[in-house]
Amino acid sequence: MSEYAARHKDDRSVGIVVPRFYTFGEPPQEMRLASGATLGPITLAYETYGRLNDRRNNAILILHAFSGDAHVAGVHQESDEKPGWWEYMVGPGKGIDTERFFVICINILGSCMGSTGPASTNPATDQPYALDFPMVTIGDMVRAQKVLLDHLGIGRLHAVIGGSVGGMQALEWCVRYPQRVKAAVLLATTTRHSALAIAFNEVARQAIMADPNWCQGQYYGQTKPDMGLAVARMIGHVTYLSDAAMRLKFGRRLKDKTDFSFNFDADFQVESYLRYQGAKFVERFDANSLLFITKAADYFDLEREYGEGSLVSAFARAQCRFLVVSFSSDWLYPTYQSRNMVQAMKKNGLDVSFCEVEAQWGHDAFLIPNPRLSNLMRGFLTNGASPQS
Amino acid sequence: MVQAPKADTPAVARATIRYDLQMVAGWVPHGARVLGLGCGEGELLAYLKHYKAVRCTGIEIDEARVATCIEKGLSVLQGDINTEVLDYPDESFDVVILAQTLQQIYAPDQLIHQMLRIGKRCVVSFPNFSHWRVRLQLLMKGRAPVTKQLPYQWYDTPNIRVISLKDFRRFARQVGFRIYKEVAIAMNQDGTYGQNIRLWPDLRASYGLFLIGRAY
Repeated sequence: MSEYAARHKDDRSVGIVVPRFYTFGEPPQEMRLASGATLGPITLAYETYGRLNDRRNNAILILHAFSGDAHVAGVHQESDEKPGWWEYMVGPGKGIDTERFFVICINILGSCMGSTGPASTNPATDQPYALDFPMVTIGDMVRAQKVLLDHLGIGRLHAVIGGSVGGMQALEWCVRYPQRVKAAVLLATTTRHSALAIAFNEVARQAIMADPNWCQGQYYGQTKPDMGLAVARMIGHVTYLSDAAMRLKFGRRLKDKTDFSFNFDADFQVESYLRYQGAKFVERFDANSLLFITKAADYFDLEREYGEGSLVSAFARAQCRFLVVSFSSDWLYPTYQSRNMVQAMKKNGLDVSFCEVEAQWGHDAFLIPNPRLSNLMRGFLTNGASPQS
Repeated sequence: MVQAPKADTPAVARATIRYDLQMVAGWVPHGARVLGLGCGEGELLAYLKHYKAVRCTGIEIDEARVATCIEKGLSVLQGDINTEVLDYPDESFDVVILAQTLQQIYAPDQLIHQMLRIGKRCVVSFPNFSHWRVRLQLLMKGRAPVTKQLPYQWYDTPNIRVISLKDFRRFARQVGFRIYKEVAIAMNQDGTYGQNIRLWPDLRASYGLFLIGRAY
């Protein structure tokens, strides 16, 4: 997802940030997961921006999407080419204003970007967990996040904000810990995956598992299932874009050639783009993490978990204000899914705002600089107060 | 930020919200739960939130206007008012406002029925089609009237319903709702000044405002 983030030297940025880690759940105090399995110790990687005020009521938790990380904004060192994945949104005077708010982002449980996941060492065997890593749910991820917030001494969050799978975590926060959340921003997300979304995730998983290097997940220390992971990412990218986005971005244009090669090289720009994205993803992401996290997203079902099948009942637990934003060209989590949750919120008398932003960039639109989204965010988070100068 | 209007608007008022909206605001009790249908850029809702401490929600179909409202810190839903009202439980609001939009509604009886269901009181306002200028144009020119309040040609007007003050009173009897208050006003186009019309309102008022509720 970070391919959209770009560094603008003249831009106001949070500057240098230090990655942090917190470990808990040392045996015998392991965390019991939704599946019944236990996991511990658990390390969470996180970053913070801005300052927690004396009343400790200006904290905002950003929940990242499935392949994201805790590095939301700024750089780790001056020489970094790219800032965090939401640089345009988070910083002094930006949509999520770090002059005003204390912003936290935590790498999700099961990921590979610093938090405990299938690539972490299993204390029982001193080997990477691989498929012995227990299946974690969105609920488990959120419960782990709460442990860290308790540790940081943050009681009630000013807001939880998440896009895509991050939005699922934000939803989970609102119904699991209603007392702890004052407001929620849900971007391009859903209360449960459609068959279409599950189908794409399953194809991605099968691509990994069909790679001969996958070896039932036991590939650590040897050749990794890079091809499978790259194909999985290519499929992902198709779902994150849209017909319009692809038409505009690539059309049928050829890559560095004037005619077909009449072989299986990447003739079209779109082929070359997907191959590039796949190859780049392999460098930073663990194939087993993709398997676990996509499964967690597929399992997520707010109405089943909290409403016995009714979304209206599920939101009966929620208390916070909501801002729901969908993007017109998002075909992974289309607008109707956002409208469904808005409807259930209305039926519960919840304070909700909803806007369908006209954007041609598909599901990933929330990651692309968009003044409208920044302004919506600022207005919602500050209740319309003018930005601090 | 909106400025306080002159207290208890005199016949000619100057304020930062339109004259007709000031009249509407006067009917909204302090701290009420308010739903604004077709709320535009949220001028009235922002005013009510600031001066009357109401808990308000707006519904607006246009993305840019919705965004403007949310940027102001208002709770607004992007959607079609005809369907969005269906989701609310009975008596979810103290006041439901339909300001200058009735003339654009395809099924006014259904919408008003829903408004009366979800609100204890409803405010409905619309341009008066029996104003003497309108009558005169039709009579003298024999053409569909075009006035400052109704500046559209017949082929591009969003105003698909032609309503007069009398029509609305008759409509109340037919549909079966009660009119609690009624104000006829004359107002310039941008609403910077206006006045209440007591003498011959059917002829002289450019807009009608009604506070209505269920008949029982």
